[in-house]
Amino acid sequence: MEASEILFLFIAFFTILSAGIVTFSTKIIYSAFALLATLVGFAALYVYLSADFLAVAQIMVYVGGILILILFGIMMTHGIYDTAKKTVHNSLLLSLIGGFAIAAILTLLISRSPWIQIIYKSFTPTTSIIGKEILTNYLLPFEVISILLLGALIGAMYLARAEDQQK
Amino acid sequence: MIQLSSFLIISAIVFTLGIITILYKKNAIGILMGVELLLNSVNLNFIAFAKYVDPSINGQLVAIFIIILAASEAAVALAIILMLYRDRITVDVTKVDEMNN
Repeated sequence: MEASEILFLFIAFFTILSAGIVTFSTKIIYSAFALLATLVGFAALYVYLSADFLAVAQIMVYVGGILILILFGIMMTHGIYDTAKKTVHNSLLLSLIGGFAIAAILTLLISRSPWIQIIYKSFTPTTSIIGKEILTNYLLPFEVISILLLGALIGAMYLARAEDQQK
Repeated sequence: MIQLSSFLIISAIVFTLGIITILYKKNAIGILMGVELLLNSVNLNFIAFAKYVDPSINGQLVAIFIIILAASEAAVALAIILMLYRDRITVDVTKVDEMNN
C-alpha cells in the first residue's frame, strides 16, 4: 500500500465522519463547522482526481462563500453566542428509513452497472483546458449562468433588504 | 491505484447522509446544509467520471456550473430564511405551514 493510498483512506474517512457530524449533530453551529471539514475533504478528493482548478474553486466558493453565508444565517437567526440552543428534529427512525432507501438504490446501481471503459489519464493542468472549453463549447451555458448569477444576486438583495420605515 | 468505485462509494455515502440531513432537521439552515452535501457528492461523481471514463474533461465543466448554481441557491435561500425569521421569529419549517399572507 502506497503512502498516497493511505492518505486517500484517511481523507475519505475524515470526509464521511464530518458529513455524519453535519447530519447527526444536535447543535446547528457544530453542523456548520463540520460542513467546513466536509467541504475541505471534498477539495482534497478533487486533488486525487487531478482536478486542480476545481479544488481551488471548491475552497474559494464553498468555504469562502457559501459557508460564510450559512454561518451568517445561523448568527442572524439564533443570537450570536447562543450555541447551547438545541435544534429540534424530526423522527430519527423515519429519516433513517428514507436515507437507507436511497442507499439501497445507490448500492444496487453501483454494484450492477458495468463500468467498462476505464482509462487512466496522467495528470495535466486543467485550467487552460477549462478556459478554452468555456469560451468555445460551453459558451451558451456560461452566458446563461452569468445571467442567472446576476438574477440571484439582485433577488437575494431585494429579499433581504431592510423594510421601508414609513409603512 | 485508487479505483473509480471508491469515489462512487464515498459519493453514495455522503449523498445518503445529505438525504438523512434533509429529512431529519427541522431548521431551515440545516436543510440547506443537507442540500449542499447532496450537491457536493454529485460533483464528486462528475469529476470522478471525468477522470476515469471520459477522455475529455466535460465532467469538470459540469461541476463548475453546479458550484455556481449552489452559490446562487445558497444566497437566495438564506435571504428567504432571513425574511422568514424577521416575519415569524422562527426558522422551523414545520411551523410555517399556512399560506395566508
